[in-house]
Amino acid sequence: MSETGASRPIIALKDVTKSFGAVSALRGVSLELYAGEAHALAGENGAGKSTLVKTLAGVHRPDSGTVLLHGEPVVFHGPADAQAAGVAVIYQEPTLFPDLSVAENIFMGRQPRAGLGRIDRRAMRAETAALFQRLGVGLAPDQPARGLSIADQQLVEIAKALSRDARVLIMDEPTAALSGNEVDRLFGVVEALRAQGCAVLFISHRLDEIFRLCQRVTTLRDGAWIASEPVEGLTHDDLIRRMVGRELDALYPKQDTTPGEVALKVERLTREGVFTDVSFEVRRGEIAALAGLVGAGRSEVARAIFGIDRFDAGKVTVNGRELPPGSPTAAMGAGLALVPEDRRQQGLVMDMSIERNIGLTGLAALRRGPVISRAAERDRARDWALKLRLKFARLNDGVGVLSGGNQQKVVLAKWLAIGPSVLIVDEPTRGIDVGTKAEVHRLLSELAGQGMAVLMISSDLPEVLGMADRVLVMHEGRITAEIPRERATEESVMAAATGRAAA
Amino acid sequence: MSVVDGKAPQAAGVPERSGARTIVDTVFRARELSIVAALAVLIGVTAAANSNFLSGQGVTDILLNTSILALLAVGQSVVVITRNIDLSVGSVVGLVAFVTGDFLASGGSMPLGILIGVAIGAACGVVNGLLVSFLRVPALVVTLGTLYVVQGLDHYIAHGRQINAVDLPPAMLALGNEGVLGVPYLPLIAVVIMLAVGYYLRSYPSGREFYAIGSSPEAARLAGVPVRRRILAAYLLSGALAGLGGVLWLARFGTVIADSAQGWELTVVSAVVVGGVAITGGVGSVYGAVLGALLLTTIGSALVVLRVNPFWQQAVTGALLLLAISVDRVLALRVARLLRKRNVRHGS
Ligand SMILES: Nc1ncnc2c1ncn2[C@@H]1O[C@H](COP(=O)(O)OP(=O)(O)OP(=O)(O)O)[C@@H](O)[C@H]1O
Ligand SMILES: [Mg+2]
Repeated sequence: MSETGASRPIIALKDVTKSFGAVSALRGVSLELYAGEAHALAGENGAGKSTLVKTLAGVHRPDSGTVLLHGEPVVFHGPADAQAAGVAVIYQEPTLFPDLSVAENIFMGRQPRAGLGRIDRRAMRAETAALFQRLGVGLAPDQPARGLSIADQQLVEIAKALSRDARVLIMDEPTAALSGNEVDRLFGVVEALRAQGCAVLFISHRLDEIFRLCQRVTTLRDGAWIASEPVEGLTHDDLIRRMVGRELDALYPKQDTTPGEVALKVERLTREGVFTDVSFEVRRGEIAALAGLVGAGRSEVARAIFGIDRFDAGKVTVNGRELPPGSPTAAMGAGLALVPEDRRQQGLVMDMSIERNIGLTGLAALRRGPVISRAAERDRARDWALKLRLKFARLNDGVGVLSGGNQQKVVLAKWLAIGPSVLIVDEPTRGIDVGTKAEVHRLLSELAGQGMAVLMISSDLPEVLGMADRVLVMHEGRITAEIPRERATEESVMAAATGRAAA
Repeated sequence: MSVVDGKAPQAAGVPERSGARTIVDTVFRARELSIVAALAVLIGVTAAANSNFLSGQGVTDILLNTSILALLAVGQSVVVITRNIDLSVGSVVGLVAFVTGDFLASGGSMPLGILIGVAIGAACGVVNGLLVSFLRVPALVVTLGTLYVVQGLDHYIAHGRQINAVDLPPAMLALGNEGVLGVPYLPLIAVVIMLAVGYYLRSYPSGREFYAIGSSPEAARLAGVPVRRRILAAYLLSGALAGLGGVLWLARFGTVIADSAQGWELTVVSAVVVGGVAITGGVGSVYGAVLGALLLTTIGSALVVLRVNPFWQQAVTGALLLLAISVDRVLALRVARLLRKRNVRHGS
């Protein structure tokens, strides 16, 4: 549908190359974004998508090649230059100011002005409220950004980008933590912007979303440009083949298992105002999924079970032993592991190396006498890096330079490496590409097969349906349905998640 | 991925969550209020023990003593809000006091003298700012370095001499010790500057950017905030106010030797932290910092009035600092927990 965008792209990259030390993240990539067209960018983890985004955003300067604005070469000296040119960006990792209000976060640097150049707080609040209304977000403009869930942070980022009235809207995995409702709303708004002549660049590892929203797709593999083509006429498999360079096996390789004895038992867990009367069991060898809309209280339940947050009433039992409330150490001692949703804040030490991060959870196992054995640490890291197909230059590189999906793999490795008897994973495949997703699923399934009990929280419905032996659905802090694998369908889960079904 | 259309329930369920902000506001307002309360108790107890404490002269002394510390605290809080620190202010005060004194004692004009003083301070601030923002040397290292360099320069210029009050123009000494309608000039100057900077930080877009930088430098850069320019500006302001502080020091004491405000940088940082400006940046106000300065000064005076060994003054300052930091930490955790709870979109 590029004909809608007339002849010239609003913004384009021509033969762009970008390297970080020995890693070449982009190798001669070209891309053209037309007015009124939604353009998808596909590729595996570490293919260079975010690097391309940051080049368009003025964060990175290309080593060679040019950025063209309305056909003319430009040099962006910083994000401010790109913003001035009408480029709005939603980065893969939310970049908020925790100490400032949500409204201030959205309008930082371009607040509405009252007399004498002062900030017009009332207008700022009203505009924020209007944006949230449009996106269906239930946040108050005045609340601080600290403590927001990943999904809420993502929504604030979306509001921030939309508020810019941009001519080019770039979205790097905006939907990774969102559930169906928020995605629908976002797509509605993006469609409207597109109709007004905005050019859109969209990145997602959920291929359905690409087919739903976009007209063209460009594929990258290992930093190289593979193809740019209309979405129409393309199949999922075509796209995957372009991304991965080979055929892919079954996406949800679920092994059938017979559940053993109860490993995790949660009884009437309540945290006032957050979740109420949550009871369920997970057996050895079983994968139970906790589904529901963003904000239903799923992550909060997981945090309470693991002892990060307190709970007001109820009981958590692991392998027959009751856990003392509020003690992650005791939980880990009892064989519980939690892969948190927020990898940057809770999952990783960004300045530490890959091997150190993976080693952190099992320091005892890496000990040789009083000291940590570097060799054991490295072996373990190499082992897991291979299993999860981690893309990295050196194991002692900081995790901060890894691509988003690869950081997620490190978090997974860190917790899987200790071989817990009960594993709670919160959005395990957030930002992970299709190929590796299958790998992670195979791994989870295998671990369950060996007798691990898995509680999986996911906003990705096909993942829930494909992987879970049993689906627990939460709605507004309560478990509203428990659906066995045979009866779990998109309709039955969504009905319970939106509170339309009788429990 | 594609799901059934569920817009209606979601749209209906958009609750207001404004409660959280008021809580946070109250918490930080609470810091300022608790300092005021602490002050009230302190003054009450001391005045009960010795009625001279609240005499006109007693109050004036406290205000005079607070003013210079308060000025420095205003500059320091702007720097600390950007997640940096300026340890050079004590040395700058000393240098400026001496150089300005030297200039005035040898017959220089007073307005020019004041200007020179502020300019020297600003120049020191620019050096700090350039090193921190453009060369990306950690602030602690840079300003510790300039602390010693400026101190050395001061000793070199002074060469063991002393500036005497009798050599200074009387108008200069009047600036430091007299006032209008019974209110001394010094605290007036400090209050005006506090209000101006406080208003700027709160109400102007560029003022908010200082908070943004301290809250998340990376996010600030991505938002297009001119990070380096703002950090430079923060140091420039801190330096210029230190310069002004030096001039006022001279005006107040008249007699100065080299490096007269030695060790003040730590008192200033204490005042700022006690006043609720987070050492990790992004949080706090100049009002809090000035209240912190007032509290520290009042404690000093109270201990003298109560004839407590001066050693205790430092111990009390230290204890207060630890208290402030632990209270911050506890509050931060409480607020975080509260917010997380609020952010879940439903009641029980
Ligand atoms: N600042 C950096 N320093 C060093 N290497 C980097 C840096 N940023 C990215 N890289 C490397 O460049 C490559 C491409 O990363 P990029 O973030 O663009 O991938 P991506 O396609 O966005 O992946 P994902 O789907 O996981 O988000 C990766 O190998 C990554 O490790
Ligand atoms: Mg990426």
